[in-house]
Amino acid sequence: MNGWPILTTLTLTPLLGALMTWIIGRDSARAARASAVAFSLLAFLQAAVLVMRFNTAATGLQFVERHAWIPALHVDYFVAVDGLSILLVILSALLIPFALALSPVASNQPHGYYGLFLLLQTGLFGTFTALDFFHWFLYWELSLVPAYFLIKLWGGENRRAAATQFFVYTFVGSVTLLLAMQAVYLATGTFDLIRLADLARSGELGRNLQTKLQWTGLSSGALGGLLFAGAFLGFAVKIPVMPFHTWLPDTYATAPTGVTMILTGAMSKMGVYGLLRILIPIFPQPMRDSLGLLMPLAVLTIVASAFAAFVQKDLKRLLAYSSMNHLGYCLLGLFAVLEPSFNSAAGAGERAAVLSGVLLQLFNHGITAATLFGFIALFEKRSGGRRAIGDFGGLRQVAPVLAGLMGIAIFASVGLPGLNGFVGEFLIFKGAFPLAPVPTTIATLGLLMTAVFYLTMIQRVFAGPLNSAWTKFPDLSRGEMALFVPATVLMLVLGVAPGLLLSLVNPAVLEFVKRLTP
Amino acid sequence: MTWLIPNLWLIPALPLLAAGLGALLKRPQQRLASILSVGAIGLAFLLACGAFAQTLSEHAERQVHNFAWFHFGETSLRLGWILDPLTASMLVMITFVGGLIFIYSVGYMARDPNFTRFFCFLSLFAAAMLGLVISNNLLQLFMCWELVGLASYLLIGFWYHKPSAAAAAKKAFITTRIGDIGFLLGIVWLYHETGTLLFYDHGAGCLEHGALAKLVAQTTVGGMLVSTAISLLLFCGAVGKSGQVPLHVWLPDAMEGPTPVSALIHAATMVTAGVFLVARVYPLFNAEFAISLAPSGTLPPVSTALQVVTWTGAITAVLAALIAVAQTDIKRILAYSTVSQLGYMFIGLGVGGPAVGMFHLLTHAFFKALLFLGAGSVIHGFHEEQDIRRMGGSRKFMPVTFATYAVGMLALAGFPLIFSGFWSKDEILHSALKWPASKGPFFLALMGAGLTAFYMTRQMWFVFFRPRTDFRPDSGHDAHHVHAAPDSEPHESPSIMTIPLVILAACVVLLSIFATPVWPWFDAYLAGHLSHLHVGWSGDGTLVIVMLLSVVAVAFGLGGGWALYSRVQDGEARDPVETRLPGLFGALRERLRVDEFYEATILRLSRILAVSSDWIDRFGWSACVDLIRLLTIGLAWISRYFDQSIINVGFDASCESVRGWGRLAGLLQNGQAQRYLRILAFGIVMLIVALAWMGDSAR
Repeated sequence: MNGWPILTTLTLTPLLGALMTWIIGRDSARAARASAVAFSLLAFLQAAVLVMRFNTAATGLQFVERHAWIPALHVDYFVAVDGLSILLVILSALLIPFALALSPVASNQPHGYYGLFLLLQTGLFGTFTALDFFHWFLYWELSLVPAYFLIKLWGGENRRAAATQFFVYTFVGSVTLLLAMQAVYLATGTFDLIRLADLARSGELGRNLQTKLQWTGLSSGALGGLLFAGAFLGFAVKIPVMPFHTWLPDTYATAPTGVTMILTGAMSKMGVYGLLRILIPIFPQPMRDSLGLLMPLAVLTIVASAFAAFVQKDLKRLLAYSSMNHLGYCLLGLFAVLEPSFNSAAGAGERAAVLSGVLLQLFNHGITAATLFGFIALFEKRSGGRRAIGDFGGLRQVAPVLAGLMGIAIFASVGLPGLNGFVGEFLIFKGAFPLAPVPTTIATLGLLMTAVFYLTMIQRVFAGPLNSAWTKFPDLSRGEMALFVPATVLMLVLGVAPGLLLSLVNPAVLEFVKRLTP
Repeated sequence: MTWLIPNLWLIPALPLLAAGLGALLKRPQQRLASILSVGAIGLAFLLACGAFAQTLSEHAERQVHNFAWFHFGETSLRLGWILDPLTASMLVMITFVGGLIFIYSVGYMARDPNFTRFFCFLSLFAAAMLGLVISNNLLQLFMCWELVGLASYLLIGFWYHKPSAAAAAKKAFITTRIGDIGFLLGIVWLYHETGTLLFYDHGAGCLEHGALAKLVAQTTVGGMLVSTAISLLLFCGAVGKSGQVPLHVWLPDAMEGPTPVSALIHAATMVTAGVFLVARVYPLFNAEFAISLAPSGTLPPVSTALQVVTWTGAITAVLAALIAVAQTDIKRILAYSTVSQLGYMFIGLGVGGPAVGMFHLLTHAFFKALLFLGAGSVIHGFHEEQDIRRMGGSRKFMPVTFATYAVGMLALAGFPLIFSGFWSKDEILHSALKWPASKGPFFLALMGAGLTAFYMTRQMWFVFFRPRTDFRPDSGHDAHHVHAAPDSEPHESPSIMTIPLVILAACVVLLSIFATPVWPWFDAYLAGHLSHLHVGWSGDGTLVIVMLLSVVAVAFGLGGGWALYSRVQDGEARDPVETRLPGLFGALRERLRVDEFYEATILRLSRILAVSSDWIDRFGWSACVDLIRLLTIGLAWISRYFDQSIINVGFDASCESVRGWGRLAGLLQNGQAQRYLRILAFGIVMLIVALAWMGDSAR
């Protein structure tokens, strides 16, 4: 590398943007918005450079920046990307400008709204690039705070309650995660996530836990299980895994739709990323021991959320449950790779398939779900904030382009081949089925129900006789086309050429699988 | 012509291009849209003929062209094109029948405001269907399979402003997806066991000996062979797509789509995809028998998977034919007839192998497309009337439609000798009679043949022969209003619609040449040994018996139908069958209440599950969370009370800490985030201090 600390500048750009927006946007909402969009585009450009310079042949970390930070604690400023995180960095860079462009100009305190949005992006970039738990956790919490204020100050009905629920829930998860990682630190003296994974793999972590934490009076296994449970709770709330999810439908429905796009598109990925980066590498054995409990939770998340989506009246709540269902497949996959069956070359192939599928699914779900919520923002804008499924009807007659493009996004979410959702889900199922046949088979119910509730939504919103209230419902404007046509093209391109993404992640997948086998 | 194999993708790509360009057209550009679509499928037809010609050459071998789609892990997912007689015959049929239906649609849809969109969807469908038949990879086939499902969904719901059309489209997509879930599981299982989804890969494909031998060497739950289990899962997909019992309920409803769509998708091509699938993976279905490691004495006479296929087909063939007897909507009668004929194709596959099933698929494609297009012409002529009891006498003023419809009807009924339907059905019956596992399917199929002749006679009588007494176009039937003309006299359709009818009718007759017992060309062609084909009587004694029996059954159906119905003059009168068998007829008219049964069981169950999932979410889990919250708060209050009133105020320090707990718990309610942040910041500072100290001391 030529010395440009690209990850640091990438992370700091939105932070600087937040400050600038805060300052120059005090008087003018337009200026605030323009500044926020400009800085998010600047971040996007850097992310684009990052991808272009990313070496797809290399295994391991790239763009590493490492500086001693708090020597007394052995804490380093340590950032890098690899195949596990690169897609999420791109995703965050893509979605923030998209969501900003679709957010209606906030009437009260626009500088605050747009500033917090950028602050959220810094939290996202930081979480996906930091490799020392110390500042990783700061970023993890940093993304929480702006989200809280965005919901609380600019949300819909019951926003205070929803914001508090969101904050308390995720905060409780964060606390248990922090406690667990502190104990790990006590045992090992490092927060370096890569080193911790090595220690866990060599078995040193277990031995250290036993010797250093003897005073707890717990056996190594029990201690490992306890710490795993604490860390898991932090991620389980964030993803979310049922039954730690009750904050999600309220939060998604109440948050301003631009924020919901980020919540589902990027922030929900933080939890899964946590599983990939922290939980599985550091606690593989306790996690294996708990599969009997975890697997049913994954299946429950997939199936129950799909069923629950079927009866939602609010389009945002429907999409919220759908989002949970889609992340449920990632959970199924990540738990399946830990199944002890097929610990051979054949098993390695299946595990690689699952992990490739999970990483694809994370990216593609981010694009698709954010686009769908983006369409809801259009509905709200056109109908004065209405978004109950029964409020509409026959809209395809007056807004055929909107109906067509949203239809494509819906079918992408249903997992239609040729669109971006299919390959990821197929790879997850392909690998998970031999590793965990029974849970995978039950999980296919989710695939079926997804089609049921989405097609019902199309039927009630777009088909049938035109609701007389919406005879003047405008079709997509040119400006909106400029946002949604590229999104649609992206869905098609990634559906036909998933190799574009898979080539970025493949070395990391292979490495991850290699480390899974004891 | 060797360039054709690697470029076989051009055949589906042409209609796909037309669909893509068509999507960008504006509503008034009707002419351009139809030229694009018809031109694309015409070119595809020429290429298909080229491909077909290649498979005719002396030593025509199966040709494949495989390539990597993407890499993952240490492997790659490879797709490919295949050219063999099975593919080539489907390619020609789809592009030819499809092309005629495209031309017909130009006339049929002429006054529809969404004309351009219609041709865009039709081309998309053709592309997906052609992609399906050239796939040399099961996943690739599945992807095209889902895309034809999408096109079918879009076209059934083409008149989306009608709630019934929108509901039918959804029902079709979801019912077929139920089968597709099994299909998908079959695919991933097969992929795991064989490590490839390519059908043929120079010895390494999943349908070749090595892979099949591996599949029959293992058993799974219940002692079932893995090959059987995978076959049955794949068959679930075929049952859904090809409208077999118990997933047949979507196909009659799919008639909500425009009639050319019913002809193309729900009669000639898409619904036969299930049959094509079984024919394509036939080596897998037959593996138990063909490649078995078990001693031959212990084997069943026929592989389990094929027995399931046969019985499913036989039951469907009879049930659907029975239901068709009591229907009154001209298109629904044909839809049930399609379900029934698809059943015959599955019987053919099960008892006689791919050639038998596929030949009926091809002949059926022609005569059923002909019948649907004829029905469209009739509906057009009667100004969107679809109830056969309100039609009549159209023999006189729709002579071309009548003549061609009669050809289609006789072929479907299996009228002997000069109609292709007779030969293809006869071959199925013949194989069924020789089937070692059971004679049941033979008798069911024979019964179905009689029923088919019966219900088609009934339909012919009502539509064409019955003297027309009263024609009321304003009868309140769900007319589409799209192209209702003000003139009330029924009329013959324009020549752009009748010419395709004539061509199809000619093909229906001509096709019978290819599979007579004298010259069983198609059998030899599909099996790949055309060179050994010999001309001459190849049948045995049973064949004559079968032909006689089938002629008797058909004569019984035709004669019985004519005898019963030719006395019916008034369309509103009770059906003669109803007067004789009121209970049975009522049940059949209600379509055996299968929809109602599903509504009361599966749909109700899923609704209950959905409501309870939602309820548990809103109240169950939330109640748990609330309980934890209240417990925390309660505990804090109790401690505080305990502190203040019982323990001496001297214990200030402990009081303070407990009050701290109370406040912390209170935070759960008032949600002042500033306070959280303060705590968080404080916590982090404390943490740093603590860790710095403990970390050092630990080291």
